[in-house]
Parts: sequence; C-alpha cells; structure tokens
Amino acid sequence: MDLRDTPEEAAFRAELRAWLEANVPEERRGWRGGEQRFGDDFGREWSRKLYEAGYAGLTWPQEYGGAGAPYSRHAIFLEESARAQAPAHVGVIGLGMAGPTIMAHGSDEQKQRHLSKILSAEEIWCQGFSEPDAGSDLAAARTRAERRGDVFVVNGQKVWSSFAHIADWCILVAQSEAAAPRYRNLTYLTVDMRAPGVEVRPLRQITGEAEFNEIFFTDVEVPVENMLGEQGGGWQVAMTTLLHERGTLGFALTATLEVAMNRLLGVAREHGNGDAAMRGRVAQEWIELQALRYTNYRALTTLQQTGVPGPEGSVAKLRWSEQNQRLTKLGRELLGAEGLLDDGWWHYQQLRSRGNTIEAGTSEVLRNIIAERVLGLPRGR
Amino acid sequence: MDFAFTSEQQELKRQARAWLAERYPLDRDWEAPQDDAWAELAELGWLGVSVAEEEGGAGLGFLEEAILFEELGYALYPGPYLATVGLALPMLGEEERAAVAAGATRWSAEVRGLVPWLDSVERVAADGASYEARGTSLPTLDATRPLGRLERGEGMPLPGEPDVARARAAVACEAVGVAQRVLELGIAHASTREQFGRPIGVYQAVSHRLADTYADVELARSLAYWCAWCVAEEDEQAPAAAAAAKAFATEAAVAACERSIQVHGGTGFTWEHPLHRFYKRALWLEGFGGRPAELRAEVADSVLGVAVGV
Repeated sequence: MDLRDTPEEAAFRAELRAWLEANVPEERRGWRGGEQRFGDDFGREWSRKLYEAGYAGLTWPQEYGGAGAPYSRHAIFLEESARAQAPAHVGVIGLGMAGPTIMAHGSDEQKQRHLSKILSAEEIWCQGFSEPDAGSDLAAARTRAERRGDVFVVNGQKVWSSFAHIADWCILVAQSEAAAPRYRNLTYLTVDMRAPGVEVRPLRQITGEAEFNEIFFTDVEVPVENMLGEQGGGWQVAMTTLLHERGTLGFALTATLEVAMNRLLGVAREHGNGDAAMRGRVAQEWIELQALRYTNYRALTTLQQTGVPGPEGSVAKLRWSEQNQRLTKLGRELLGAEGLLDDGWWHYQQLRSRGNTIEAGTSEVLRNIIAERVLGLPRGR
Repeated sequence: MDFAFTSEQQELKRQARAWLAERYPLDRDWEAPQDDAWAELAELGWLGVSVAEEEGGAGLGFLEEAILFEELGYALYPGPYLATVGLALPMLGEEERAAVAAGATRWSAEVRGLVPWLDSVERVAADGASYEARGTSLPTLDATRPLGRLERGEGMPLPGEPDVARARAAVACEAVGVAQRVLELGIAHASTREQFGRPIGVYQAVSHRLADTYADVELARSLAYWCAWCVAEEDEQAPAAAAAAKAFATEAAVAACERSIQVHGGTGFTWEHPLHRFYKRALWLEGFGGRPAELRAEVADSVLGVAVGV
C-alpha cells in the first residue's frame, strides 16, 4: 500500500498540471456544466486539443491509437482537470462507451472506420438506450430494427440522450427479434445521425436547459455492416458498454464533487463560520468526499490488478449522487436568499443534482444490483 | 498509487479471521467470564506486531495492526488489546515494549480521565507516567469493556507521547470489523428467513437497507485504511484522517447494527441472539475518546480554519 504517486505518476501529474494551466482559457474555467458544454464550437476544439496533447484515450490500447496507460493515469487526468476547473471532453460517450464496445465486439473494418475519429473528436457519439417505456429495463426496448436484406430498418424513439444534438453517431439498442425471449431479442447498431429519418428534439429539463434529447427514428436504413456483435446478441454487447460506463466513472464524479466542495468551503467561511451546526455539516461532507475518493482508489487498484472493477466501485455512483444533492443543498442554504438568485451556481447545481439519482442507473436499481450481485441476496424477479 | 494490502498482509488477515473464528465463535458462552487468551496472542505475535525485532517483536507497522483491529472487531474479541496496543504502546520505553510483545504486561491508558479495562490490566499510562492499575472500575453497556478511574500511586516516567491519531485509527478499524460482521449476519438472515412464502431478502424494503449498510461499510473501510496508512507513514494528514475515520466508521457501525437488528425482526431484539453485543460494542466505540460531533468540529477547524465568534 502506498497512497503517494509513483515517480511516473508524479511526473505525469506535473506535466498535465502545467499543460492545463497554459491551455485552459480563463473564461472557460469553472463552468457549471449543463448546456454550456455545447453552446458553441469550443467543445470540439477543446477536445481536439486534448487529443493533440495526448490526453484523449489514455487507457486505450496503443494499437488503436491510445496511450496504453494504466487506469491511474486517467484518474489523475480527471483529478487534475477538476482541480483546474477545465472543460470536459465532449466525446465522453465515444471515448468511454462506444470506443471500448467497438474494440470488444467490432470487426476490423468498424475499428478502422471509427476508433481514430473518436480519439480526435472528429466523431462525437451519443447513446440510444433509454426509451419512454424502457428506462431501467433495457430488455423492454421497443424501438424496432427490422432486417431487410442488407439493411436494418429502424423505427422508434429514444430518450435522455446527451450530446445527440451535436452527435455524428449513435450507439443504438433495438428489438430485432420479435419472437425471441428477453435478452435474446436485441441487436446493437451504430447509426449515422445524419441518415434520413433521424430527428433530434432537445428535452428541456427542470433547470430550464436542454442537455438531453429525444431521438426519433422513422424508417432509418442502417447497413448490416453497422451491426456490433450478432443479430439478436445486442444485450451482451450493451453490457460491455455499461461496464465501461462504470469503470472509472467514480473518478469523474468525485472530481466534480471536489470542485463543488472547494466552493462550499469558500461559502461556509463567508456565511456560516460562526455556526457550529453548519460547520459540522460541512465537515461531514468533507469526510464523505474523502471516503468516496479513497473508495475510488481501492476500486482502481482492484481494476489494475485484476482487470475487472471491484465490488466496492458499485457504491461510488450511488453515494456520489446522494452526496451531490446534499452538498448543493447545503451551499444554497448557507447563502440564504442570495442562493435563490436565478444565475446562481448553487441554485443551478441543486436543481441539476436531482437528476443524479436517476441518470446512469437510478439509485433504486443500483441498490438492487448491490443487493443481488454483491451481497448475493435472493433475486426478487 | 497502490491502495491494496500486500499478499503477506492478506495472509495475516486470513489467519486472524480463522484463528478468531475458532477461538471466539458466535455460539460461545457469552455469560461466562471472557478469556482474553493473552498468552496465545503473544504466541501468535499479535502483541508485538509493531515492536522492533530486537525487542522481541515482528518489526512490522501499523497497517498490520490495523488488520488485526478490524478482525478483532469482527470476532467481538473481549480482551484489552485495544488498550495495550492501540492506546499505551506508543508511550512505552524499550523494556516495556519487550514485555508487551512477550505477553508479560497488559497495559491501558487514561483517556479523558477514564481508563478502559482498568480492572484487567497491570499497568496504566497517564500524563507521561506509568502507574500500577488501581482504582474504581465501572461496567459499561459493553460488558467486556469497563471504564475506570485511576488511583495514582507512584508514577514512573514514560518516554513517549499519546498518539491520538493512532488510537482513533485503531477504533475506526475495529468499528469496520463490527459493521462487516453485522452486515453478514443480516444477509444470512434475509437469505434464509421466509415470510409470505419467500425469503425476506427479495423485498426491497429489506434488501435496500442491507445495500445501504454495504455502502456505509465500504466507505468506512476506505477511510479507516487511508487513516491507517497515514498513521503508518506518519503522514501530515493523519490527524484529520483519524478524526474523519473515527467519526464515520463508528457511526456506520452503529447504523449497521441498528439496520441488522431491524432486518432480524424479533430475533434481533432477543438477549439470546449475539447482535445486541455487537451493537453495544459499536456504541462503545462511538462514545469512547471523541464523539462524532466533536470529531467533525475538529475536521471543520482543519478544513475551514478555526471558527470565529463561536
């Protein structure tokens, strides 16, 4: 056990810190997230810059153009980006989900076609999994992909798709085998977002912004060569995607919490310093943040030693989301009436945080997963 | 960055788990006087883990001790290991350390005017000196952990200072062990107890409580190991880490016991079931030497700066 950086890690961190210092434009620091991520072309430019500096695809194998670095480099990247309040890469779905899924299940042609463009942010990806009637229950997806010769004809609707309005490609899970049993009824496709019949409508959320979208597919023809894995084997392919969604997710989440924590400390020093109860609550949030941070380190060590995320990682998203809700509420509470102002950071974060316990696995589903897969409790269904 | 125990440390954990399960099973006679197995602990080398080899110890560090504290909590070990190794050891001189490693002397220390196990140790470290263990001992809610008031006889100076962070780290690790054990008891019960024709663990009102306990235990474990590492490495973050770990882990242990009692239903409320003994141990750990609210105030001082106008 050694919680310090190795000499290589320390060197990487120092170099990255200097690079961020020199390259993050002042006016783009400390973004509150949300719609600001796609307001203009800056997102793509920034992502391209990260790629050129070698910071995109740190953990991707070298044969696919990545750095082939251990997961700890990616964790350091996320920590330092948060510390510098640097904007995020807009290709997160491509880098973290679509890319690894193509590496695992794609043909040589598919790899050739997409992987280098995902790295360079030439291709931005979105995810077409959730539907109005199939949120947590992916196998109940109703979007149809009907095989007609060399194409699948796709009809249906997807929802809660981040980046869809700027995306070039979509990873799509659709029903292809009407008669097959659950989990053998799906096919996994990559869909060109500019194909005829694809329509994207932004979805306005409780913050008033539109970060997510609905995607409508009307007789969209998807060539068979865009299929990942087997026809009817989409469930297994989707599980690869979701596994990667959770891989180093904990670090990304905790890094954003770190930014909020630093703001909270500032607010508390100014507004709640004489109040012992408030100080206790702020301390509790600091303690839980350390608990999450070191839980991520433990999960990371397991991942590096075994190649598989450890069970402790399943806790990260569940507890991060709840902590973010408490922490943003506390920040607004400390500010009093000032925290109600419409352009306030805390006001926005508190509203936005309500989505945290719903997106990327609701807290209820995560507790089911812990109960059944980690604790081994009997299955209810 | 490497946040895992070495294979030797994992082996120590396995050995401790196995030995304690054999020596302190759940179905032991809880009403009989509890045997602290002190000579056996000395033989196992547990009393001199961090004592130098030339003094008869194993020459290891606090991480190995942290592993033992966790396992002792898991097994609900009754003796004064925490007092001797967790509280007193850093204050002792070479000769006294050798006697501890050999199992010749049990020690305790005065913490905020109270001496745990005063009636079952030979010596007490208090205000920089060593005293014969004499005075009044009062039972606490944990029957194996009385607290006493020291009657000071002649004191002999001790070379070391109390190490508050180390003591808190020890308590935090023990709390993690307690929490882990009651979680496992809850899982076992929810998997086998049937109502309405199904094991009660299929009901989310039950399984989600246990999932929450699991999350608490994992977070507490991360803090406890972080803090153990800081203590072992004399890292500057040790005091804040220890305050954080003790506050979080002991509260997590108490909550874990309360949820486990609820999951056990009426059985968990009986004297016969050992759950209440774990609960009482958790409450003792939470209350001894710095309550969570005080510890959070310390953390606040360190992250916010000392309060103005309080």
